[in-house]
Amino acid sequence: MAAISVSELSKSYRVGVKQPGLGGALRYLLRREQREIAAVQSVSFEVQPGEIVGFLGANGAGKTTTLKMLTGLIRPSAGRATVAGQVPFERKRAFLESITLVLGQKQQLMWDLPALDSLKVNAAVYEISPREASRRIGELAEMLDVQGQLAQPVRKLSLGERMKCELLAALLHRPKILLLDEPTLGLDVNAQDAMRRFLREYNQRHLATVLLTSHYMADIVALCPRVLLIHEGKLVYDGSLSGLVERFAPYRQVRLELSEPVEPSVLRRFGEVEAQDGLSAVLIVERSQLTETLARVLSELKPRDLGVSDPPVERVIGKLFLEQNLAAKLAPPLGKDGAS
Amino acid sequence: MAKARALCAVSLANMLEYRAEIYLWVLASVLPLILLGVWAHAAEGGAFPLSSVEFIRYFICVFVVRQFSFIWVIWEFEELVVSGNLSHQLLQPLNPVWRFLASHLTERIVRLPLVALVVVICFCLYPRALWLPRPLDVLQASGLLVLAFCARFFLQYMMSMLAFWSERAAAIEELWFVVHLFLSGLIAPLDVYPEPVRRLTELTPFPYLIYHPVNLLLGRGAPLGRAALVLAAWGGAAFVVQRWLWKRGLDRYSAMGS
Repeated sequence: MAAISVSELSKSYRVGVKQPGLGGALRYLLRREQREIAAVQSVSFEVQPGEIVGFLGANGAGKTTTLKMLTGLIRPSAGRATVAGQVPFERKRAFLESITLVLGQKQQLMWDLPALDSLKVNAAVYEISPREASRRIGELAEMLDVQGQLAQPVRKLSLGERMKCELLAALLHRPKILLLDEPTLGLDVNAQDAMRRFLREYNQRHLATVLLTSHYMADIVALCPRVLLIHEGKLVYDGSLSGLVERFAPYRQVRLELSEPVEPSVLRRFGEVEAQDGLSAVLIVERSQLTETLARVLSELKPRDLGVSDPPVERVIGKLFLEQNLAAKLAPPLGKDGAS
Repeated sequence: MAKARALCAVSLANMLEYRAEIYLWVLASVLPLILLGVWAHAAEGGAFPLSSVEFIRYFICVFVVRQFSFIWVIWEFEELVVSGNLSHQLLQPLNPVWRFLASHLTERIVRLPLVALVVVICFCLYPRALWLPRPLDVLQASGLLVLAFCARFFLQYMMSMLAFWSERAAAIEELWFVVHLFLSGLIAPLDVYPEPVRRLTELTPFPYLIYHPVNLLLGRGAPLGRAALVLAAWGGAAFVVQRWLWKRGLDRYSAMGS
């Protein structure tokens, strides 16, 4: 049985439309105009137990709304979802004990008390015996390397330490399904890396299912063999990350070490100039024109060194999010691995 | 039981962190002590149902009793809904009401030392009003206060549910407070009101929140049976309506900001 099963899930909101200024305010008082926003439209996918899946999409694409429906925080307008074999919005005890949601920009720990106090409450709420709670706290604190921070007031912790403690609190009841919304938001590179290592270890140790959204592509690259791409509320890709890059990045990155300074206008004749710093330059070249362009670069610019590589995933996804007609580009609807 | 113990212990620790704020709330609730001077002075020169000393005792008791029936769940709940922070509580297998109850109960404990100090200062300023309530009166008043606390809590918690529909649900509490101010005995003992008004107020929860518990402490007695019945009816009705609004409110909750 799938850990997460989503079928034709939709969510729409009604929002008031108010024109600016006094006139708009008065008109709004007399006649409320409302608009329906389709935040999520007929999304379907399954996640198997133990899988780590990345959930990608631009801001407002519908990622967080989907996560909220999967955790039972909001009721879907249409469609069906089961998580851990339960209907989320019924919020039965068995369901709540099986899942956790970590919101990178929100905290559940009490600000003025040591994290241990919040953990004590969580242990009681989930009916974990004090001895077992102490054992789990010790294990998770060791994995997260926060043994020394649990007795300090949360407000005194750094962002990275706080996020680790948040994660510890969210995992104390040992959920089988982790829904993570930007868990590394605002963390420095080392803290992000530690968080990723922890998530991988937790996933392997407890065979937990993880559905993760992140704007840091490094999170996705490091953790998620499979990604879901949501755009304007619609699921437009479900497959491997490498498949996504291959399909939507029909260009290569060409790194040049030039033998003498070259004007940017000259470089632009060979492709999009991504970066130029002294004698180093990075060009983006269409895959179909790569051979011809390389020949021209070698004959006209005579570089000291030249290298060709795939563009970074961040760039590919970033460009994808900027596409105005992404859904149309991806039509007809994609199946697994983006096979249309 | 383990849940209640853990919630109360941690909530008390949290409230102690906010003791300065709580003490400021206590000091901000000295309206009865201001009215004490006004009414005591007026009673010396006019015909009132209470003597000057009785007025002093009455308002000192109002100050104390009010500390126990002061409820602030609507502000906390509104903030949780508007900010989306209610989500964390909804994700746990514990109804959020237990956390609110624990924080209200433990906050009373933190208030006590300053309340006691203010009472001592009052008796130093008005030594002629010094008296000790009878143990039975204290017991009955305490029982009534527990009922009053529950009724008031559930009435305000019911109104808190409006936060699912409005971002300014707490504004309704301002309206409630105006009625409470006049009908609970907070600014004047109900003895000074006309008889028809008094009879009408007896059907509302207001006089049982302050006036009757104060009368019990003063040894003036109170209709305990009716008090229990009226408070149970209002509190029970509020509980039922709250449950109904809670279910519908969750349908509307958008967990915004999270």
